[in-house]
Amino acid sequence: MEQKTSQSATRSVTAIDGAMALIVILLIVQIWLVSATLETYLAGHHETALPGTIISGAIFLACFGLYLFIERIDAESHKP
Amino acid sequence: MKLFRKPSREPLWRDEFSVFSGEEKYVSRRQFSKFLVLTSLGMFVGNLWILVRSWFSRQPSYPVMAITHVDEVPVRGVKLFQYPTPQEQCILLRTGTDTYVAYSQKCTHLSCAVFYSAATNRLECPCHNGAFSVHDGSPLQGPPRRPLPRVVLTRKGDVLVATGIQLEG
Repeated sequence: MEQKTSQSATRSVTAIDGAMALIVILLIVQIWLVSATLETYLAGHHETALPGTIISGAIFLACFGLYLFIERIDAESHKP
Repeated sequence: MKLFRKPSREPLWRDEFSVFSGEEKYVSRRQFSKFLVLTSLGMFVGNLWILVRSWFSRQPSYPVMAITHVDEVPVRGVKLFQYPTPQEQCILLRTGTDTYVAYSQKCTHLSCAVFYSAATNRLECPCHNGAFSVHDGSPLQGPPRRPLPRVVLTRKGDVLVATGIQLEG
C-alpha cells in the first residue's frame, strides 16, 4: 500500500515536471515573439502587432492551462 | 473537476513552508510554475502595449517643410537637414542635374550617421561598414537589412519641399 502511494507521488511529480518543461518552452517562444514584434514595431512595421498579440495571448492561455493542470495534480496529491 | 487546491485551514505560511519533506517538492514546483505563468502574462501585456502604441501611431502626419533652393546643392553634392523634427537628421543628395533624393541619416542597423561617399557613389555607415544605394536607399553591404527611410520630396518652383517619410524603399 505504501509502495503504491510512493509510485503515485513519483508519477505526479513527473507529470508536474513535464508540464513545467512545456511552460518553459512556451515562455521562451513568447519572449522571442515579444522581442521580434517590438523590433518590427520600432522599424515602422505596425502590421505585425495584432498577430503577435493574438499568438502571445494564445501562448499565455496555454501556459495558464498547464498551470491549472499542475494545480489539479497538486490538489489530487493532497487528498487524504 | 476541481481546478484549484482546496484552501487549507492552516495559515498560508504553514501551507507554503511545510514541515514534511514530501510536500516541499510540490511547493517549490507550484511556486516556480506560478512565477513562469506570471512572466508569460507580463509578455502578453507587453505585446498588448505594442498593439495599443501601434494603433495610436498608425498614420503619422508629417509637416510640409522647405529644404533648400534647387541651385544650392551641386550635382553629386549633399546637404544635411532635419526632418520631421529637429532631432531627426536627414541627408539630401543631388544625383543628377534635375534629380534629388533624401534619406534619413540614421543607419537601419544601429542608428549611426550615414554619409555620402562620392568615390563609391553610395551612402556608407562608418560603424560596421554598411552601405546603401543612393537610388532607393536599399542595403548593399554590411549588417543593415532594411532600407533607409526615404524623405518624400516635391519641387515647388525652385524650392525642394519635404512632405513625408516613406519607410520601404
